[in-house]
Amino acid sequence: MKLIRNHVMVCCGTGCTSSESPKIADAFEKELARAELQDEVKIVRTGCFGLCAAGPIVMILPDGACYSRVTVDDVPEIVREHLVKGRIVDRLLHMEGDEGTTATSLNDTQFYKHQTRIALRSCGIIDPESIDEYIGADGYLALGNILENKTDPQSIIDAIKESGLRGRGGAGFSTGMKWQFTKDAVSPDGVKYVCCNADEGDPGAFMDRSVLEGDPFSILEAMTIAAYAVGGTQGYIYVRAEYPIAIARLETAIQQAREYGLLGKNILGTDFSFDIELRLGAGAFVCGEETALMTSIEGHRGEPRPRPPFPAVKGLWQRPTLLNNVETYANITWILNNGAEKYAAIGTEKSKGTKVFALGGKITNTGLVEIPMGTTLRTVVEDIGGGVPHGKKFKAAQTGGPSGGCIPADLIDTPIDYESLTAIGSMMGSGGLIVMDEDNCMVDIAKFFLSFIVDESCGKCTPCRIGTKRLYDLLCKITDGNGTLEDLDTIEELCYHLKESSLCALGQSAPNPVLSTLQYFRDEYIAHVVEKRCPAGVCKNLVSYHIVPDKCKGCTLCAKNCPADAISGAIRAAHTIDSAKCIKCGVCLGNCRFGAIVKV
Amino acid sequence: MPNVKTAIPYRGTPEQEAKLREVIARHKGQPGATMPVLQAAQEIFGYLPEEVQIIIAEGLDIPLSEVYGVVSFYTQFSLNPKGRYQISICLGTACYVKGAGAILDAVQKKLGIAPGGITPDGKFSLDACRCIGACGLAPVMMINDDVYGRLTPDQVAGILDRYE
Repeated sequence: MKLIRNHVMVCCGTGCTSSESPKIADAFEKELARAELQDEVKIVRTGCFGLCAAGPIVMILPDGACYSRVTVDDVPEIVREHLVKGRIVDRLLHMEGDEGTTATSLNDTQFYKHQTRIALRSCGIIDPESIDEYIGADGYLALGNILENKTDPQSIIDAIKESGLRGRGGAGFSTGMKWQFTKDAVSPDGVKYVCCNADEGDPGAFMDRSVLEGDPFSILEAMTIAAYAVGGTQGYIYVRAEYPIAIARLETAIQQAREYGLLGKNILGTDFSFDIELRLGAGAFVCGEETALMTSIEGHRGEPRPRPPFPAVKGLWQRPTLLNNVETYANITWILNNGAEKYAAIGTEKSKGTKVFALGGKITNTGLVEIPMGTTLRTVVEDIGGGVPHGKKFKAAQTGGPSGGCIPADLIDTPIDYESLTAIGSMMGSGGLIVMDEDNCMVDIAKFFLSFIVDESCGKCTPCRIGTKRLYDLLCKITDGNGTLEDLDTIEELCYHLKESSLCALGQSAPNPVLSTLQYFRDEYIAHVVEKRCPAGVCKNLVSYHIVPDKCKGCTLCAKNCPADAISGAIRAAHTIDSAKCIKCGVCLGNCRFGAIVKV
Repeated sequence: MPNVKTAIPYRGTPEQEAKLREVIARHKGQPGATMPVLQAAQEIFGYLPEEVQIIIAEGLDIPLSEVYGVVSFYTQFSLNPKGRYQISICLGTACYVKGAGAILDAVQKKLGIAPGGITPDGKFSLDACRCIGACGLAPVMMINDDVYGRLTPDQVAGILDRYE
């Protein structure tokens, strides 16, 4: 057997792939061959490390050196210095924060120190396209034990209940209870389905994608165990078509699992059979809702239907169906291998375990983090996220995507768990966490989410179809500078009706971004309505550009670049902007070298 | 976004149609076959004109209205042909708060088309999309399979000029 002395881990998640990490892996292959090291050093194309902002990431094991923002041109140097001579390439080491501390071990970084990685345990560590590597990392241990010992299905469900695991898709329903209901349900012909919701529609969230890209087998194993526990016969993974890498890795994983006898007929030689098929979504946010998702798998327009009956009783093709989110499944084998008690020891009283968040927006360390429940928002934003860049002030964090709310700066010490977030008008959601700074207008953000909902409303029920549009129109009226104080009351009333009477969670939660911004940033709404002013300078109709005559040197640069010919003036004399012609594009502001143009 | 019947005449070839019929034959009778067949058809033709929908409806033996209902429901399915270079501007939350709106404006200005549109020479088509998942690179634009991240509006014209 060949002795591998070093592993070169190249992140091939979507973030790093977008900055050409596959080419870096290819370059390593070439350089290693040239140095005749191909038998001693192995290249692993891994899933996401989480540090997406610093991508592409290359890690050399067992030395632990973590190189960030690597380019193809850096590869020969890494091979020559590090892999041939054993000298770490300091200039490429990942640097954290402004003080510029470099870290050779990821676990020493502020970014990783506060994290507990359970769902992401194998992301970045194994080759997601190799079932052998998954098995080497305790993969299929749980399923093997269950099938070998003929474990009583009820005891598996009891363990999941005991762990306190709750649905990670957002609503937070007890996973154990869901499994119980599906097990107890009677199917007329014995067919039960086990489905995985990988239709990650929240714009700005990519937790599920990273799990699928980095550790696809863990989902297959968990679904197989779930099928054993509830009596499932066929599985479906409903995954977004926008995730080509995740789809390709799932297809490879399913193929390999079938070859190894871990999926299909008579798994591991027992009389238990279960198979999984992929179904691709086609870009409809509402299909993340469980009943809509199943309607979509059936091949129809993805419209939700009233519950009850719940999917556990009558789901896909009217059969009992278990539907869990990707991240929920990613916890299952860890719980069974390490014990429910150990899982329940992490987190708060009612929210157990960990939660993965996709950190995005105005934050230094954009990326993927997994934290124990109960960690405060401050720890996530300031310690793990490295704070807001460019010296700007933290204004709000948004969780739960279009269904969630904004958390203002004075609530930054709120612990992150299901109950605490709901109590302050937001929600856990699937795990998007977008940070906003003083340059973001909260009315505009509410309008942004509403426009998303208006686009994505399926149109089946009237409150959502018409209510969200009316709500959006009212917000437009305000950002255009035509709003009145009565409009704010109308908005609140409309929000209440939407919450009460919409058919599914999409409509019921659509008002959340509006209500929470109205609650915490009412002064911004008032400024738009009463003073006709946008404090953040975002809403185009409410800002105007002016030239300060004393500072203007008359260089004519602004006039030359103005797309609307709105700027006039003689050479070497102060210019003026015709506000009637100005389209408020801001080009002049970016061009002026004398700071003579101001936005009011 | 207007996804109405296209004015551009159907130019499907017999080879494409034969390929589609093969896909239909493979899926016929399977539960929930409509979506996978439509996805394959879009791959073959690049979009889903009425002529293609008719082939699918007849092939799978389901009403054309149902096929059209599914096509018009999902944003991935297009009734209009796409350009040789398909531009997608991510308007997901992470990109939006980092100024994706200004990137979209810059592309619209440069090409003179709105989201959902195609340039008269068929070279570029423009779409606004919801999160391609490269939030670490926000704001992001995709042209076919190339991803451009950490964009500023003034880079847009230079990038588009690279496409012949």
